[in-house]
Amino acid sequence: MRRFAALIDRLIYTRSRNSKLALIVDYLRHTPDPDRGWAIAALTESLDFPAVKAGTVRALLATRVDEELFRLSRHFVGDTAETAALLWPGAPGKEADVSVSEAVDALAATSRSDAPAVVASLLDRLDADGRYALLKLALGGMRVGVSARLAKQAFAQAFDVAIDDVEELWHAIAPPYAPLFAWGEGRAERPDLADVAFFRPFMLAHPLEGEGVDLSDYAAEWKWDGIRVQIVRGGSETRIYSRGGEEIGGAFPELVAAFDQDAVIDGELLVRGEVQGGEAASFNALQQRLGRKTVSKKMLADYPAFVRVYDLLAVDGDDLRGLPWTERRRQLEAFVPRLADSHFDLSQVIDAADFDDLAERRAGARDAAIEGVMLKRRDAPYVAGRRAGLWYKWKRDPLTADCVMMYAQRGNGRRASFYSDYTFGCWSETGELLPVGKAYSGFTDDELKWLDKFVRDNTLNRFGPVREVEKSLVLEVAFDSIHSSKRHKSGLAMRFPRISRIRRDKPAEEADRIATLQAMVT
Amino acid sequence: MAKVKSWIEPHPGGIYVKPADLWIDPSRPVGRAAVTHGHADHARSGHGSVFATPETLAIMALRYGVDAGASHNQAFVYGDGFERGGVRFSFHPAGHVLGSAQILMEYAGERIVVTGDYKRRADPTCAPFEVVPCDIFVTEATFGLPVFRHPPTEGEIAKLIGAVRAEPDRSVLVGAYALGKAQRVIAELRGAGWDAPIYIHGALEKMCELYAAHGVDLGELRLVSDTDKAGMAGQIVLAPPSALGDRWSRRLPDPVTAMASGWMRVRQRARQRMVELPLVISDHADWDELTSTIGEVNPKESWITHGSEDGLLRWCELTQHKARALHLVGRDLEEEA
Repeated sequence: MRRFAALIDRLIYTRSRNSKLALIVDYLRHTPDPDRGWAIAALTESLDFPAVKAGTVRALLATRVDEELFRLSRHFVGDTAETAALLWPGAPGKEADVSVSEAVDALAATSRSDAPAVVASLLDRLDADGRYALLKLALGGMRVGVSARLAKQAFAQAFDVAIDDVEELWHAIAPPYAPLFAWGEGRAERPDLADVAFFRPFMLAHPLEGEGVDLSDYAAEWKWDGIRVQIVRGGSETRIYSRGGEEIGGAFPELVAAFDQDAVIDGELLVRGEVQGGEAASFNALQQRLGRKTVSKKMLADYPAFVRVYDLLAVDGDDLRGLPWTERRRQLEAFVPRLADSHFDLSQVIDAADFDDLAERRAGARDAAIEGVMLKRRDAPYVAGRRAGLWYKWKRDPLTADCVMMYAQRGNGRRASFYSDYTFGCWSETGELLPVGKAYSGFTDDELKWLDKFVRDNTLNRFGPVREVEKSLVLEVAFDSIHSSKRHKSGLAMRFPRISRIRRDKPAEEADRIATLQAMVT
Repeated sequence: MAKVKSWIEPHPGGIYVKPADLWIDPSRPVGRAAVTHGHADHARSGHGSVFATPETLAIMALRYGVDAGASHNQAFVYGDGFERGGVRFSFHPAGHVLGSAQILMEYAGERIVVTGDYKRRADPTCAPFEVVPCDIFVTEATFGLPVFRHPPTEGEIAKLIGAVRAEPDRSVLVGAYALGKAQRVIAELRGAGWDAPIYIHGALEKMCELYAAHGVDLGELRLVSDTDKAGMAGQIVLAPPSALGDRWSRRLPDPVTAMASGWMRVRQRARQRMVELPLVISDHADWDELTSTIGEVNPKESWITHGSEDGLLRWCELTQHKARALHLVGRDLEEEA
């Protein structure tokens, strides 16, 4: 636990992404299995020990420490795990150590009734930093700013393997990822995923800037305002992955049930409704369905989900990703009729005569709440990530940017008890988040309630009325124009910024960069 | 035996000793003040006469231009003291900073000790705390919560040296209070074998000279302002905490920000200060020192002056030590802890 505790401590105090990366790389290289696998799973909040909850720890503390002193201390420290770690009466200098895997095994095996005794015996063997690491491991809420993406990058860097391979394998292998480390260190072949519903890294688009493109080279499709998903059937199971590789099938059981073909598709998850060209409901409706562990019949009936299919990555055991878009499209058109039309339909190619015609249609589509237009190079294979010149997204006006919430402040009057004013930022070239604006409108009352709770649950620091939050929530900010400004560190100032969407599905590191915003400056 | 309340009065602005017409650590200018140590929240300027240790008077002279040699001010070495209005005052080491003293008052068969600020662990820059038996023990409680247990100082110093060696292209900038903490960190570094020159912010210069003049060996110190940027790579730099995020720090080569303070025990506190390398080094007693000292002194009653009074009061209640909180004002808990 000592190495892991030291890693957590360094991560807490390290702000730069590259430095965090270097720390994890070093840890992965120099820590044995299975500790490093469990550790990385803990950092990315991929572990859950149902028998151990914050209440367990509080009750346990009450057996060793005066409740009033615990209350006063908890109030001062602001975090149950840290308070407990500091208060636990240890035997300084006499601690042994507990390996991460030993702790994980003990926590996983315990029952709710045995949990206090198990946790107590572990705490007794650790020093204060070790106790902190153990309690964070057990309770979650690590808050060290390590996303799954960062962990995967660290793995790729530690063992000099391709990030795309890591992305594919990561979600197919469970913690502590022993086959993954064996492969990374060259001790074993790449794990075989033939019978696994594994995640394929998404192909992403650059924003279209400057001149248009020649439609004989690029096909155009509508960009729908839902969330990108990948549906994979492998072995005997079906999984739905979000952009970040998170499995969200639990929230959409009807889609999992309906996808009965041996294939992998890329598409837009939408809810039926009136707004989007009369075919889909607003993003807000879709949000009602996101992030749920169970779904009621009423939810299924009120917000029926479907997928508009963009691409076919694999079918009947063949990987199609190496084929040009034109060929994948041909196979996609043949494939979609094999799916139930109640839940799946084909994204149409826009039949525009030339780029000007497309521009006109895009302008006309603005009211239909379509997010914009996608342009896909006809001869391009399906490749992971954003590659120059292959795919473009051409969003409708107004200007929007995906920003990360940094600070929140309480509002006035009716909103006095709500954190309703948000300062958000974008990434600099050096990987630093710099504030680019502040917005306090654009959301519904329900969204405000959700945002307020997010702020309270993810507070890092309090500065009077302002709270600094965990830099994890992406807000799509709409604004009329953007200008250079000497008043802000980012050198930018937005005109009429407002929150247009809460992008719970988008990882913070994929928010826009300052350079992207600079390109919009007028 | 006189009733205590008849001769000593705790006020929000300090402790008043009636028969002697004298205040201890008053927060406003008074005619006569006995001062426990030189920190600004205990030693203020503008008093008529000051009674203190020679070191504390020298520190006040440096900070406020108080004339240490003037006849209306009186210096007393440890163990020494004076009598006024029937009250016998004497000064005893508190182990907090150079010259820091507990003040013992004896009157009509009753003994009261005011600790000022104190600590129990070793400090190469000042005399160690002495347990002075008394009836009433007036104690600080800066770290009066059981979460505050300062780790061994050597470990924190090793962490600091390790951080400098790990990144030889950078300097490590340690935020340390200008009186006491800075000199102690330097002396601890010397004790750990760090012989290289240590670079200091101009605001620390005079106080370091004062310590050296009182026989505390700080080794070779250099001013940051006299050194070019590249020269400070792989070196340790000390500055007052307020300079950490200041434009001043831009003259250092990509500094790692460290801070030496008892508050660094709590992670979110350290993060709040934008600290990358928290060093839990304090000149105040931690929880175990506070509680064991009350146990050792074993007074009839403890008066708790400032800090987390509630925590220490609760402990006194649980262990059946009679205690009360005084709620003194103007104590600066953040910077020098």
